[in-house]
Amino acid sequence: MSAAIEARGLTKRYGSFVAVEALDLRIDEGTVFGVLGPNGSGKTTTILMLMGLTEVSAGSVRVLGLDPAREPLEVKRRVGYLPDAVGFYDDLTARENLRFSGKLAGLRGEALEARIREVLERVRLAEAADAPARRFSRGMRQRLGLAEVLLKAPRVAILDEPTSGLDPQATHEFLDMIRGLKAEGITVLLSSHLLDQVQAVCDRVGLFHRGRMVLEGRVEELSRRVLGGGFQVTVQTARPAGPSAAAARPAGDGVAAALRAISQVNRVEPAGEGTYVVHAERDVRPAIAPAVASSGAALLGLAMRTPTLDDVYAAYFAAQSREASTPEVRHAA
Amino acid sequence: MRREGSPLKGVGTVLAKEAADHLTSVRLWLLEGLMLLAAGGAVYAASGRIRDTVSEDPFLFLSLFTVAREPLPSFVVFLGFLVPLVAIALGFDAVNGEHSRRTLSRLLAQPIYRDALLIGKFLAGLVTLAVAFATLWLLVVGLGLLMLGLPPSGEEVLRGLAFLGVTLAYGGVWLALAMLFSVVFRQQATAALAAVAVWLLFAVFWAMLAPLAAEAASPAGPLGALERAQLEHALARLSPNVLFGEATLALLNPAARAFGPVLFAQLEGALLGSPLPFGESLMLVWPHLTGLVAALILIFTIAYVLFQRQEIRA
Repeated sequence: MSAAIEARGLTKRYGSFVAVEALDLRIDEGTVFGVLGPNGSGKTTTILMLMGLTEVSAGSVRVLGLDPAREPLEVKRRVGYLPDAVGFYDDLTARENLRFSGKLAGLRGEALEARIREVLERVRLAEAADAPARRFSRGMRQRLGLAEVLLKAPRVAILDEPTSGLDPQATHEFLDMIRGLKAEGITVLLSSHLLDQVQAVCDRVGLFHRGRMVLEGRVEELSRRVLGGGFQVTVQTARPAGPSAAAARPAGDGVAAALRAISQVNRVEPAGEGTYVVHAERDVRPAIAPAVASSGAALLGLAMRTPTLDDVYAAYFAAQSREASTPEVRHAA
Repeated sequence: MRREGSPLKGVGTVLAKEAADHLTSVRLWLLEGLMLLAAGGAVYAASGRIRDTVSEDPFLFLSLFTVAREPLPSFVVFLGFLVPLVAIALGFDAVNGEHSRRTLSRLLAQPIYRDALLIGKFLAGLVTLAVAFATLWLLVVGLGLLMLGLPPSGEEVLRGLAFLGVTLAYGGVWLALAMLFSVVFRQQATAALAAVAVWLLFAVFWAMLAPLAAEAASPAGPLGALERAQLEHALARLSPNVLFGEATLALLNPAARAFGPVLFAQLEGALLGSPLPFGESLMLVWPHLTGLVAALILIFTIAYVLFQRQEIRA
């Protein structure tokens, strides 16, 4: 597979502030890549450099084999960009807004009009086509932005925070449309700080933190690397009926010990009365029932949870802040 | 590093859209209405006075533009005031407006250079000014025909058209300035206020400041008088309003043959009060026109360079 976007050592400095530092990135054609990170972590700056909309301080970048700094027009002809919180001319209708962009992109006449009808249909705005953009809701604006991206039939679509501020229904619809792009063979770069959404549509994700891409890979890979285990099973047990409370206590510890004894289990955490969370390398559910039974407790429930990016994210940043705050703790002590 | 592709691609599209926006905007129509009122009043008053003092003036028609009757100023004085305001109104939100509407990054993601956006917007402003001034000019001429009952001569038409050209250059300077402020200031209100402040400086205060500065800079006494007068005149001409005023004076009043201090020796053999031919008047205002166009280009270039270097994210 050839790379749609490739960056090596990409760096952007604003004076002494480093917005993006030595970024290496490769996005294969036809895949959906998610750029994740808190606000101010360098996501938008990276996107602007890919589009040739801001100068690169160091490093190189190729988009579809073209250098955005040297051939920005060629890059922009092939790459659609939906900016963060996109705006439109309020006095113009959706159709007029698209007509203006389409003309700038070099489309003309009936071909342009037909294309506008087509993309408005696709983002389900055909009925609002002749309403002024000022009446559009946030979700409609985002969809109009997507229509503009589609207008020039791009090979790459870069979407910056496309779902922020949308209600769940609108978000769901929008993510569906992004899947539609992928089905068409368009390479998608999607930035977001909302992890579950990225997880729902992206093939690979990159985690940005303070201008660096600190993690990159498939969601499952990331969870293995950060959480140390891919599987998480919640086990609910109850003390066997009959014995007194005093006798039950060692039995409870016995459950934890029995769970820990299962092969490829990394950790067992108590999570409330009789409940345990088991972190494991494989799906250990078949082994749990006999283990609980052997410890003398009754098994009430087993629930497997695949870790979400949220967990990865939280675990990663928790580790970061622990490292950062360690000296202070020592100071206080 | 060389960029590929033409920087002018998309200028036409931007120009058409912006000009359409301007010509349908309430803002422009308000100002155009104000100009019409002022022009109508001034011309009406002037024609009354011209009829009272009918003379053998061969350029009766041109005096429509320049004659004033208390308390109204003449048409050209009105224009000197109002043209900058119209130009500022067209330009002060050119770039920062795109920022605040969040349309800038979306536009620049289309296959055009920033050049196209700025040049297109500037040309659209100029086209709008040209349409507005030409309309006004035709209305005034029509009003003059009705009130005076005599047609303008060929030379008067030529002089009138030259006057229109100077007015456009003058408007262009203020348009470029307003666009410069729209690049420099992110807030549209700040840009508008800054532009109006500069307008006030040149329209009102410059005439008071120039003599003071000249007095401070040159030696006192009778020997320095000429030098001081020349310095004062040079300083005053830094103001586009002064350039516009002098240029229109020479174009619309053919008897005007010099600006600033003139020595008696220079007047030897001159037929005072007799009109100059159009070509000579044009020669007289050529430096003014050049100065206005140069100022326009200079200010636009500064705006252009700043815009190219600007980060497009908020």
